[in-house]
Amino acid sequence: MKLTRIALAAPLLLAIAACGQSVEQPAGPGIPKLPPPVSTEGDFGSNLQAALIAAKNGDTIVLPEGTFALTDPLSLDVGGVTVRGAGQDKTILDFTNQAGAGEGLLVTSDDVTLMDFAVRNTKGDGIKSKGADRITYRYLTVEWTGEPKETNGAYGVYPVESRDVLVENVTVRGASDAGIYVGQSSNIVVRNSIVEFNVAGIEIENSTGADVYGNIARNNTGGILVFDLPDLPIGAGNSTRIFNNQILANNTRNFAPEGNIVASVPSGTGVIIMANRNVHIFGNTFDNNRSAQVLISAYSLPFTDASYNPLPREIVVRGNTYGAGGNDPQGMLAPLAQAIGGALPPIVWDGVTSWPGAEPQDVNLVIGEAPEVGFLNFGVGAYPLDAAALRPSPERPVALAPPAEPAAIVLPQLR
Amino acid sequence: MRRALVLVLGGLMSACGQAKAPGPDMGVILAEAPAAKLSAYGLFDDMATAAPAARVEPYDLVNPLFSDHAAKDRFVFVPAGEVADYHDTEVFGFPVGTVLVKTFRFAPDMRVPEEEAYRVETRLLIHKADGWAAYPYVWNAEQTEAEYAPVGARRSIETISPAGEALSIAYAVPNQNQCKTCHQSGRDIQPIGLKARHMNHHGQLDALSAKGVIGPLPVRLPSEPAAFDVSLPVEARARAWLDINCAHCHKADGSASNSGLMLSALETDPVKVGIGKRPVAAGRGAGHLLQIVVPGDPESSILAFRLASVEPGVAMPELGRSVPDPDGLSLVREWIAEMEAR
Repeated sequence: MKLTRIALAAPLLLAIAACGQSVEQPAGPGIPKLPPPVSTEGDFGSNLQAALIAAKNGDTIVLPEGTFALTDPLSLDVGGVTVRGAGQDKTILDFTNQAGAGEGLLVTSDDVTLMDFAVRNTKGDGIKSKGADRITYRYLTVEWTGEPKETNGAYGVYPVESRDVLVENVTVRGASDAGIYVGQSSNIVVRNSIVEFNVAGIEIENSTGADVYGNIARNNTGGILVFDLPDLPIGAGNSTRIFNNQILANNTRNFAPEGNIVASVPSGTGVIIMANRNVHIFGNTFDNNRSAQVLISAYSLPFTDASYNPLPREIVVRGNTYGAGGNDPQGMLAPLAQAIGGALPPIVWDGVTSWPGAEPQDVNLVIGEAPEVGFLNFGVGAYPLDAAALRPSPERPVALAPPAEPAAIVLPQLR
Repeated sequence: MRRALVLVLGGLMSACGQAKAPGPDMGVILAEAPAAKLSAYGLFDDMATAAPAARVEPYDLVNPLFSDHAAKDRFVFVPAGEVADYHDTEVFGFPVGTVLVKTFRFAPDMRVPEEEAYRVETRLLIHKADGWAAYPYVWNAEQTEAEYAPVGARRSIETISPAGEALSIAYAVPNQNQCKTCHQSGRDIQPIGLKARHMNHHGQLDALSAKGVIGPLPVRLPSEPAAFDVSLPVEARARAWLDINCAHCHKADGSASNSGLMLSALETDPVKVGIGKRPVAAGRGAGHLLQIVVPGDPESSILAFRLASVEPGVAMPELGRSVPDPDGLSLVREWIAEMEAR
């Protein structure tokens, strides 16, 4: 039987070869080796895109070492594929001369791992994954070179509408919106990464269940943001823990194009929680954020989305370390700070508890810091802002129903 | 065992373009992998003239997608003995084995698109046993064959637009994944144009039904206005134009779902259509503007800004155009301008 099979296989192979297709070598015994890297003969971008299209579940696509100029965006739509370079400073996909629209690399399949390469100077977002469950971004660099500028792409690492998202050991520089942006997703870990010179370092938006820890967010406009926005397919963001991060000197001018929500982020903010529920901020080190270390704020613009709650609620700030900061408030915080002498304490809340057409709500803020850590409630009450009605107060709110901390995120790709 | 292998061999040989019966070849159509050459499908009786084979029926749309002024020839093939189920709002229920064929061609002067016309690419959407698959084919210079081009291609096209403007177009044949970007419907690929409202003109649906391509039709068929028939209301025309040009991505299960901007003509929530809506994830695509559509003010509307742009990362649609659609843009501007300010 075995002999027959071999005899029959020969004409089959010939027939395949006659069609000009490649013939794979049978797998040998022992440890499976990585396949050879994508060829650099001819147009590397085409070779790589062809490999991404031809990949099968379980394949690893190996990127060679070197800097490669690409003109067209890349995309992967096959599940269970690993794309692996020689190192985040060794394999560089350079999109400086990108002609095709959109992002550098788009992933739309599940169980994908991206690791050990860099994406540079894309016209749009750096690496986007949409509807890509259990994705892993690991040891990647996404950057826009030169001074931070508004013509840079919006997001560096951009998983959206996905479940079980892991971002670890990545570096993002220069994004004109957020370096690491996770949107409309659930069950998320962002850890051990460096974000710098972005407008927002890390942003978790309209998402449920995120652990953000061990990161360094420095020299952004705002360090780490947790937002919820109206009029999106997936909303009601909740249950994020931000802990053991270093959130330092996020004093870069805001270079986001106007119109985007982050264009309103005051330069010099460490963490901003806006219109989100059940967010816990603990064990972080804040230093040299010139506007405020922690800003807790309502969504201030008009909206029609009846299911939307614009208030931050069930927010816990406890056990963080605060260095200098709040000494030079910027943006929308500047005039407010001016009214109380110019500087702001580490923790600032706008004091909004209702919105047009809604009853005032108990927002359950817990400021669990040592007594000497300053706090300010601007006492805005409701938007639109009425400067004459401001009632600033250093008194910490009393939470009637302090929220329990969410359990640690467990990801299937880390089991 | 041996017989099965002989069949496999036979399939492989026909995939190589060897002897086969005329007309669409179901073996090639339903094969797991795409054929290397377009001719292998048997969709055309004569590749040099691209004359369709029997049962490969031409059709057109009330409002076509703008693709850098390309002229398009569309065909639908439904296997013998099968028929597509009519649907009022969604794509017709095409049986397995259906092939949708779209050829993109140019001419030196698109005011006379039939003169010296040449085919650039043909895209196939094939309904395989496990769902639709999209395959791009690029025509050779001799216009005798088109080769499977999974990574797409770029072509420099020199032409004169229908309005008389000289154009140098960096035409992009999409790669296979980009086909899905526009044809995405949740986890699946779906056709876009083959809906009743997009095809209901000149008695076309009745004719296709009579030919057995589409099943029995209801008495009342949905319709949409021709986008550039100025005798019709601007709003309905603009919404119809946005529907065919944008709604394949800007829908709840489309590629642009996370924007929250939903541009189907059937969408009734003004905010979802962009009126007073703020941008999400637009980056510099927002162009310093605050809302997608500012009633009465096209200059301040992100929608018009992005339709006018040719810059990667700003221009919309993201794929399939490198020059603006002047007529579509002015229609959208007109719609926004006449909208009552709020």
